[in-house]
Amino acid sequence: MAWVGKSTLRKEGEKKLRGDAKYIDDITLPNMIYGVTVRSPIARGVLRGIEYLPGVNWSEIVKVTAQDIPGQNYIALIEKDQPYLVETNINHPEEPILLLAHPNKHLLEKAKTLVKFNIDPLPAIFNMAESFAKKEIIWKDDNTFKSYAIDRGDVQAGFKNSKFIFEGTYETGAQEQLYIEPNGVIAIANETEGVTVWGSLQCPYYVHKALMPLFNFPPEKVRVVQAETGGGFGGKEEYPSVISGHAALLSWKSKLPVKMIYDRMEDMSATTKRHPSITKIKAGFDNNKKLLALDIDFTIDGGAYTTLSAVVLSRGTLHAAGPYYSPNVKIRSRALATNTPPHGAFRGFGAPQSLFALEKHMEFCARKLNSNPAIFRKNNLVKKGQLLGCGQWVKEEIKIGSVLEKALTVSGFQEKRKRFLATNKNKVIKKGIGLAVFMHGAGFTGSGETFLSSIASVKATDDGKIEVLTSNTEIGQGTNTIFAQMTADTLKIDPSDVEVVQPDTAHVPNSGPTVASRTCMIVGKLVEQAALDLKEKLFSSQLLNKKHTRKEFLGACKKYIKDVGELKGTSQYKAPPNVIWDEQRYQGDAYGTYAWATYVAEVSVDTRSYTTTVDKFWAVQEVGKVINPTLAKGQIIGGVAQGIGYALYEEVVWKNGKMANARMSNYIMPTTLDVPDIEVHFAEMPYAYGGGGSKGIGELPLDGPAPAILNAMEQALGIELTQIPMTPERLMAKMNENSL
Amino acid sequence: MKKLALTVNGKKYLLSPHPFSRLLDVLREDLKLTGTKEGCGEGECGACSVMLDGKLVNSCLVPVLQADGKQILTVEGLAKKYLTPIQESFLNCGGAQCGICTPGMLMAAYALNRNNKKPTQQEIREGLGGNLCRCTGYCQIIESVQKVGKTKPSTRKGKSRS
Ligand code: FES
Ligand code: FES
Repeated sequence: MAWVGKSTLRKEGEKKLRGDAKYIDDITLPNMIYGVTVRSPIARGVLRGIEYLPGVNWSEIVKVTAQDIPGQNYIALIEKDQPYLVETNINHPEEPILLLAHPNKHLLEKAKTLVKFNIDPLPAIFNMAESFAKKEIIWKDDNTFKSYAIDRGDVQAGFKNSKFIFEGTYETGAQEQLYIEPNGVIAIANETEGVTVWGSLQCPYYVHKALMPLFNFPPEKVRVVQAETGGGFGGKEEYPSVISGHAALLSWKSKLPVKMIYDRMEDMSATTKRHPSITKIKAGFDNNKKLLALDIDFTIDGGAYTTLSAVVLSRGTLHAAGPYYSPNVKIRSRALATNTPPHGAFRGFGAPQSLFALEKHMEFCARKLNSNPAIFRKNNLVKKGQLLGCGQWVKEEIKIGSVLEKALTVSGFQEKRKRFLATNKNKVIKKGIGLAVFMHGAGFTGSGETFLSSIASVKATDDGKIEVLTSNTEIGQGTNTIFAQMTADTLKIDPSDVEVVQPDTAHVPNSGPTVASRTCMIVGKLVEQAALDLKEKLFSSQLLNKKHTRKEFLGACKKYIKDVGELKGTSQYKAPPNVIWDEQRYQGDAYGTYAWATYVAEVSVDTRSYTTTVDKFWAVQEVGKVINPTLAKGQIIGGVAQGIGYALYEEVVWKNGKMANARMSNYIMPTTLDVPDIEVHFAEMPYAYGGGGSKGIGELPLDGPAPAILNAMEQALGIELTQIPMTPERLMAKMNENSL
Repeated sequence: MKKLALTVNGKKYLLSPHPFSRLLDVLREDLKLTGTKEGCGEGECGACSVMLDGKLVNSCLVPVLQADGKQILTVEGLAKKYLTPIQESFLNCGGAQCGICTPGMLMAAYALNRNNKKPTQQEIREGLGGNLCRCTGYCQIIESVQKVGKTKPSTRKGKSRS
C-alpha cells in the first residue's frame, strides 16, 4: 500500500488537540529560575559602565555580563562579528548587555528598570541609503556584509539591440515572523555535565555549534533538544542560538536550571525579521516583446551583524531574474549594515523580495507595451534547453506554461480583467485581478548541500518500532507525518509502525537545518535511503525475502536484533549527477530543482477608506509529487496568508533603529476576517532526487502573493504601486499623487 | 485571606494564588494545566482562550479574583477517552499545524458551536476572529468547524489514547 500521496493524519496531531503537547513554556524543572535580558537603550555607542540602582536586593539576583563568559564571546554562524553580550561597542538598540536571573519573574521586571548603563553615544545609520553612502562606517571598512555579481552574455549589447527599455525601483519592508509561540529555552550548564538546552527551535545543530565556543566545550559536552515548537518560519532558525547562550550563561553562573521566555514585545522588537529591500530593474525587449537584457540591482538591509544576510542575499540574487529567459543578464547585489537589530531568515529567504520587484516590473513593462500581462509573461518564460537568470540550464521539461494556463482558467483571469475594466468606472469600490509567475529553488544554494553532507538514520527497536533519526524538526509543517509516510512505503510497513524521534543532538545525526524547503525533498530522500540501507542488512542476513509483507518485515527486524544486534540503516547526502555550480562566477546549477507557480489575486479597493480586501486567491503550482495533500495544501494556504500580510498589513514602524509597534495590536497580521478562500491546485511531476518524488514547497507560497495582490490593485486603480506593505496610508498618498 | 474556589473542567479547586495573578497563570502554574497557551499576554491572539461560566474569554485578561466561584473549561476538559467531534474534525481537516493556537481555536470553535450548530462561513470567521493563527492561513480551520461531525471516521487504528 502506498502511503505517499495520501492525507494520513498528522502524527503528533492528537496530543496537540488534547493540549498535551509540551512546548517549552509548559516544561518546569526542579529548582528552575527565570532569566531576562537587559538591552541597550540606544542604537550605537560605547559602554562605559553599569549601575545597579537601589530598589531591589541586588545580592540575590544573578547577574551576567560579557566578563562572565567562560569561552568566546561570539555567536558562531557565518561571521564571528556578533557578541553574546556587549563588551564595549553597542551596535543596535536591542543589543544585550546584561542578563539577570531570579526565581521571581515579577522581581526581575522591576530589577530591569533599575539598571543604568553609562554609554557614550555615537552617530548611527538607519537605512540602506545612509549605509551605502557610508555616512558612518559601522561594519568593517565598507558597511557591506556581502555582495554578488552575475554577468551573463553582454548586457550593454542587449540594451543596444533593444527596441523597448523600461526602468523601475521597488521596495519591500521588514516583516515579523510572528509565530504565536515566542522564542524560549531552558538551559542547564556546569563544568561537569556540560550544557544542555531544551528549546523552541528549528535547527538543533546550529545551537550546538554556537554553544561550543561560548563555553569552550567539545561537541559531546553540548546537548540541544527541541521541544514542541509553536511555529518558526525562519524566526527560530538562527535566533535560538542567542537566547540559548544567554540562558546557559545564567545557569552557569547560578548553578541552577534557567528558563528564558520572551514576552511578545521583546520577541517582536529584539529578534530577527525579514530583510527590507530596494531593487532597481532595467529591462530591454526586442520587437516581439521578448526580453533581450536584464539589469538588476538588489540591496537588502542586514541590520547590525552578519547573521545569515550573506545567504539570504544569495537566494534573493539567484531568484532575481525569475522564471524568464533573457540572453543577457547582469545582477549586482549587496547586504548592507545598519544600526537596527539584525534581520534574518524568514520563509522565502530573500526570494520574496527580489521576485516582488521582478513581477512588479514585468507588470509595468506589459502595461507600457500594451500587452496582456499573462500573454506577455508567457512569451518570456524559460523553456527546456534555455538558461535561467543564474546561468542554470533547464535540463528537463518544465510545466510552468501549463501551470500559468491552469491559473488563468481556474481564476477566470481574462474574463474578469475585461469585466473589471469595464465596470470599475465611477465605482467607489473598485475590483482588480492580478497575477505573479515565479519559481522557488529548494534545498541549499549551489554546493551548500554537498558542503553540509547531511546524515539520516533509520533504526529498528526491540519493541517492534522503526525509528527515524534526523535533526529536522517538526514545527507545524508536517515533518513527523511525511517522514513516517516515506519510511512506511520504503519498508512496506504502516506509518503507525514508524516513530520519528524528537531531535536531540545526543541521539540524532546532523541531517542539517530545518530551512530552505529542504526537509521533505532532501532529508526525506535521505530517510528513504537509510531505510533501504536497513532493509539491505535484512536481505543480506537472509532474514527477509525481497518480496515480503509488513509482518514478515517486522518479524525479521526482531530476529535480527536478537541474533545479530543493532539494526540501523544510514545514508549521507550525495549531489544528484550533473549538478555543477561555479562559485567564482556565481553561476550554474543554483538549485537541484525548482517548484514552479502562478498565483492570482482578486481584490476590492475601497477608494474612500483606502482599504484593500483580497476577495479570492488561486495558488497553482508544480511541486513534484505531493506527499500528503492535506498537509501540502496547509503549507500553501499558510504561506499565502503570510504573503497577504506582507503585501497589505504588516508594517514594521522604525524609530531610531527600534521597532516602534512591537505589539500584536499595532503590528497587524491577517485574521480569519482578512484571509479569503484560497484555492490550491497542484500539478505533479515526481522529482527523482526528492523524498517520495517531492520538491520543496515550504517557502514557495511566500513569493507570489505580494506581487499578485499589488498587480490586482493596479488593475483596479490604474496607477503604479511599487512598494509593500501597501497600507491604507501609503495607498492614500499614492492616490493623491495620481489625483485620484 | 479567603481562598478562591474555582471549578476547572468539572473539578473543584480551593486556591490561594497571588492576588494579582491572571487566570492564565493560575491555570498554567498553580493547576499545571499547560494546554492553555500565552501568545501575547494582552488580549490580541486568543491562544489563552477558555470558557468562563459559559462565555469565551482571554484568560490573560482575567484577574483570577474575577473567576472566584466560577466554572472554567479549558482544552484539557474537552476530550475524555475519545476526541470530541470538533477535535476529530481539526485532525482530519488539517486545522492544527504547529498547534500553539489550537487550544484557543478549539475553545472558540466550541463556544461558537454551542449556540450555533450550523454556522455559515461568515459566522465562523467572526466567531474565530479573535484567535490568531500564523500557520494555517485559517482555511482548513474554517473547514474543520464546518465539518464538525461530518468527517469520515479517521483511518487511525486505535482512536483513543488510554
Ligand atoms: S495570550 Fe491572551 S490573548 Fe494572547
Ligand atoms: S497552528 Fe500554528 S499558529 Fe495556528
